[in-house]
Amino acid sequence: MASSDATAVPEAGVGDTTGVGDTAPAGPRERQEKRQRGRERPAPRGEERDDRRRERRSRWYRRDVRWSPYAFIAPFFVFFLAFGLFPLLYTGWASLHRVELTAPTDMEWVGLRNFSRLISDDFFWNALRNTVTIGILSTVPQLLIALGIAHLLNYRLRGSMFFRVAVLTPYATSVAAATLVFVLLFGRDYGMINWVLGLAGIDPVDWQNGAWTSQLAVSTIVIWRWTGYNALIYLAAMQAIPDDLYESAALDGASRWQQFLHVTVPSLRPTILFTCVVSTIGATQLFGEPLLFNGGAGATGGADHQFQTLGLYLYEQGWVNLHLGRASAIAWTMFLILLIIGAVNWIIARRLRKSA
Amino acid sequence: MRTRTRSSRVVVLAAVAALGAGVLAGCAQDSEGPSGSATSGGGDGGKGKTTLTVGVFGAFGLKEAGLYDQYMKLHPDVVIKQTSIERNENYYPQLLTHLGSGSGLADIQAVEVNNIAEVTATQADKLVDLGKTDGVRQDSFLPWKWAQATNEAGRTIGLGTDIGPEGICYRKDLFAAAGLPSDRASVGALWAGDWRKYLDAGKKFKAKAPKGTAFVDSASGVMAAITGSEANRFYDKDGKVIYKTNPAVRNAWDIAAEFAGAGLTAKLQQFTPAWDQGYANAGFATVSCPAWMLGYIQDKSGAAGKGKWDVAAAPKPSNWGGSFLVVPEAGKHKKEAAELVAWLTAPEQQATFFAKRGSFPSSQAAYALPAVSGAKHEYFGNAPIGEIFSAAAQGVPVQIVGPKDLIIAQNLADVGMLQVDQKGTSSKDGWNAAVKAIDNALDQ
Repeated sequence: MASSDATAVPEAGVGDTTGVGDTAPAGPRERQEKRQRGRERPAPRGEERDDRRRERRSRWYRRDVRWSPYAFIAPFFVFFLAFGLFPLLYTGWASLHRVELTAPTDMEWVGLRNFSRLISDDFFWNALRNTVTIGILSTVPQLLIALGIAHLLNYRLRGSMFFRVAVLTPYATSVAAATLVFVLLFGRDYGMINWVLGLAGIDPVDWQNGAWTSQLAVSTIVIWRWTGYNALIYLAAMQAIPDDLYESAALDGASRWQQFLHVTVPSLRPTILFTCVVSTIGATQLFGEPLLFNGGAGATGGADHQFQTLGLYLYEQGWVNLHLGRASAIAWTMFLILLIIGAVNWIIARRLRKSA
Repeated sequence: MRTRTRSSRVVVLAAVAALGAGVLAGCAQDSEGPSGSATSGGGDGGKGKTTLTVGVFGAFGLKEAGLYDQYMKLHPDVVIKQTSIERNENYYPQLLTHLGSGSGLADIQAVEVNNIAEVTATQADKLVDLGKTDGVRQDSFLPWKWAQATNEAGRTIGLGTDIGPEGICYRKDLFAAAGLPSDRASVGALWAGDWRKYLDAGKKFKAKAPKGTAFVDSASGVMAAITGSEANRFYDKDGKVIYKTNPAVRNAWDIAAEFAGAGLTAKLQQFTPAWDQGYANAGFATVSCPAWMLGYIQDKSGAAGKGKWDVAAAPKPSNWGGSFLVVPEAGKHKKEAAELVAWLTAPEQQATFFAKRGSFPSSQAAYALPAVSGAKHEYFGNAPIGEIFSAAAQGVPVQIVGPKDLIIAQNLADVGMLQVDQKGTSSKDGWNAAVKAIDNALDQ
């Protein structure tokens, strides 16, 4: 994939640099050919040849200017078509059929049945509820902590580079490795968290089997992993806030906290909105953490499906139960939910912009 | 001033490097796992050699038992490469996708027994009929193993590698501490012939159990062992789903639920990290163990468990697991691949597979070979595992397998019985939850 990408770009690049140079619109190879042709035939009368050449040159130049930009962006769109848009549409088509993974080409038209059955599907509603609660449990603390960390990192610190890298480390860790460690930490019999609770005289908690405890545990993994990422985004935005704002606030006698509340947060508004959107999308698609939190025991999301998210239910229908049609319908429903969330966000953003 | 900034920069760099190394380690671990890049056909590995690829799940063991090396020595023109995906639940959907598209397949693919009925019923036209390969003798296999991979048209699309006859693995030290006999003959006699006697032994154990130990690891393990000893399980012979009304399944459910209700289980879920820790910490005294599980128990119990474990006969002969090898029609070297499968599943090689890896032969002709009949397991107190598992294998009834066995078994265990065991849900509610999940899973 990478190699074809790489070859496509330089070719276009060569064409462009010569084009912009204006003097030699045709590629080097073509020029050479022309020279050879010129040697073979007797040269036509001078002006005519120049005219023709000039005309050809300007034609090439115009084409170059016109089409080169498309060539530059083509690789992305080609890959997007192949791996983004086509699967999206094909999933939509499959969601209207009864298709099994054992025979993916045997499709039987069922109309909207795969969607309408979701309304009476308790497992779907359970998964949707879990996705929402885990989403709230993970996103809200995550963004608040990230804001706090970013604020601290924004001070002049010794070794600030170290802290900034350290904060981003969890983000660079693989979900699988991180979740495995958390599974051990949240273990019922030999987990470290229960051990600490035991020191404080609290009875061991069966983290995995309680509805709230398991969702809290999954949220913890998400928070651990994504807080640093959001903190860095906030930090970047904070550094763009002009110092004079703080200066004048300080002159007015505002405390650090008041400065944070009345200068930093309002200035970060667009950034906060952005992280909200991205985190919400991430939360809706949550998959790896709850899958692996089950200790490798499948996509059920616990004995009572207590932490089965939409992503996990989709996976269970498609790749465990092998019902591709039903899984596709869930995928499209998730897509529609995201569109609704996006629309709500857009409306809020517009309101905020107007009020600001 | 300058030296200070430099030294602090060095510290930062070192810290970044250390963190980076950690991150890389994390990533490396990730990519080591499922490496599902099975290349089609494999092509010729230079110098006119034929490269055969074998796609398997988990630590399948053929490679580890040295069988590939042995074959390559016998056939210098063949190179065997293996790709493995850790868990069958990830391996199997990918295998179906590849069979559907006819690409990305290895020359030989492994299939787990819970999937073999579905593969035989739906994928037979995409797989080579191995029954006609030179050197394959139907009568050397257990008849039921042969039948499981043969479709209605008489095409045998898979040859059996191993089966999973079960015993009961138990800890001698915990049995002795609880005042139960600890030699394997008397232990086997405790529950011979009846799973309810196993339950009674558990109740006796519990009365005097050492602190922090349970009689059995999980209720689901008991249920799987009991259903594995029945001829009719989830499907009847006409292919109808009957688990809901099958008294054998209900009986298995009830006994397992009694184990949970009486507090005889360690409330663990099999093949999770917590289960592994249970082995390491001697959290339970018995586990229903198919032959292939002995190696796992040895790994997880480690040096501390050496000399403490033993194997006794199960109450009734029972089977859990086992695998097949199939050859996709889309492969480039179908003939060579079929020959390799025939060789790998021949009695002598199955005996080696058992001696090295504990995977019990599906070839009944292998049982007479000394490598099988005389096999003892050092870690399990030199238990005569060849004898114990041969007896179990020959006593196992011919079980009817169905296409969705895996889904039914999984939901009964991981949804229904797990609730009863770990959350204290009533047996009735647990059963209803499992049935609801299975109904949803089977509905296309």
